[in-house]
Amino acid sequence: MRHKLKNLALPIGVIYDVDFGIHNYKSFDFFGHEVYITTTHISMAIVMLILIVFAIAANIAIRRADPNKAPSGFLNVVEFLVQAVDNMAIGGMGATHAGKYANYLGSLFAFVVLSNISGLLGLRPPTADYGTTFALAIITFVLIHYAGFKYQKFGHITSLFKPVILSPINIIGEIATPISMSLRLFGNILSGTVMMALIYGLIPKILTIAWPGVLHIYFDIFSGCIQAYVFVMLTMVFVSGNFEAGEE
Amino acid sequence: MGNITDNGLVLAASAIGAGLAMIAGIGPGVGQGYAAGQGAAAVGRNPGAKGNIMSTMLLGQAVAETTGLYGFAVAIILLYANPLIKKI
Repeated sequence: MRHKLKNLALPIGVIYDVDFGIHNYKSFDFFGHEVYITTTHISMAIVMLILIVFAIAANIAIRRADPNKAPSGFLNVVEFLVQAVDNMAIGGMGATHAGKYANYLGSLFAFVVLSNISGLLGLRPPTADYGTTFALAIITFVLIHYAGFKYQKFGHITSLFKPVILSPINIIGEIATPISMSLRLFGNILSGTVMMALIYGLIPKILTIAWPGVLHIYFDIFSGCIQAYVFVMLTMVFVSGNFEAGEE
Repeated sequence: MGNITDNGLVLAASAIGAGLAMIAGIGPGVGQGYAAGQGAAAVGRNPGAKGNIMSTMLLGQAVAETTGLYGFAVAIILLYANPLIKKI
């Protein structure tokens, strides 16, 4: 029986090339725990390197710019990006608070978008690792409650116990926010990675020249940009939800 | 039937379970389609507000997708990081 199954599986034997896992490259000792340098760290380092190079180039371009002339070329692109982030922040949070949070939102958006489309560079997207997305969601969680304590002072805690009977549900709801945010980003990007790995493993090598490109457009570019936008949008919604209650 | 190993049985049941977990994909499909239909109707009624409608629709669709992604996470865990194998 086992032999027969093996023979049947031979024509589609290429499936066994499918590989989308996280690999450990180098292990070292960290206070008695064994920790690894994994695929995620390496692709995240590459993503960060691209962002840092872009930031330095933008900084140099801004320093050399002549304020009396209209910007052109690379500077134009940088201005367009900054304006897009500012407009997004104003649209989501209102003009009074947007300035303070636009920095965080812009860097979050840049990192998540570049991580999501890094599949195009042949990397495994860093956001397809739950560690990365959970860390991002924890930063957002801290920011949400920072805004809550800043604008509502002690009312931020008492608002959890408004109907006393519902207080457990309120507390669970607060804790569930970062978990659902991180799982949403992680699941979307991981599903794209899994699909791409299956397709690259299933079709003959000669076809990989053209056909997966169409799917890269959907899974990496479209889905990646939408999810980055949604992550930033949800951050804005949750943070700005804490402004308005304080103004009552 | 006598030569099925414990490991094989757990793996087969996990594969079936992963398939069943992906039934969760029905809900987000219906929900996202409904949101897209309502979005199209809203654009038809008020074409000027297309940008706002688009961003609201995408946000709602992304939130509706969450339950499907929980099912997906369960399926992936059952297939690639199976916690049941260790219990044999």
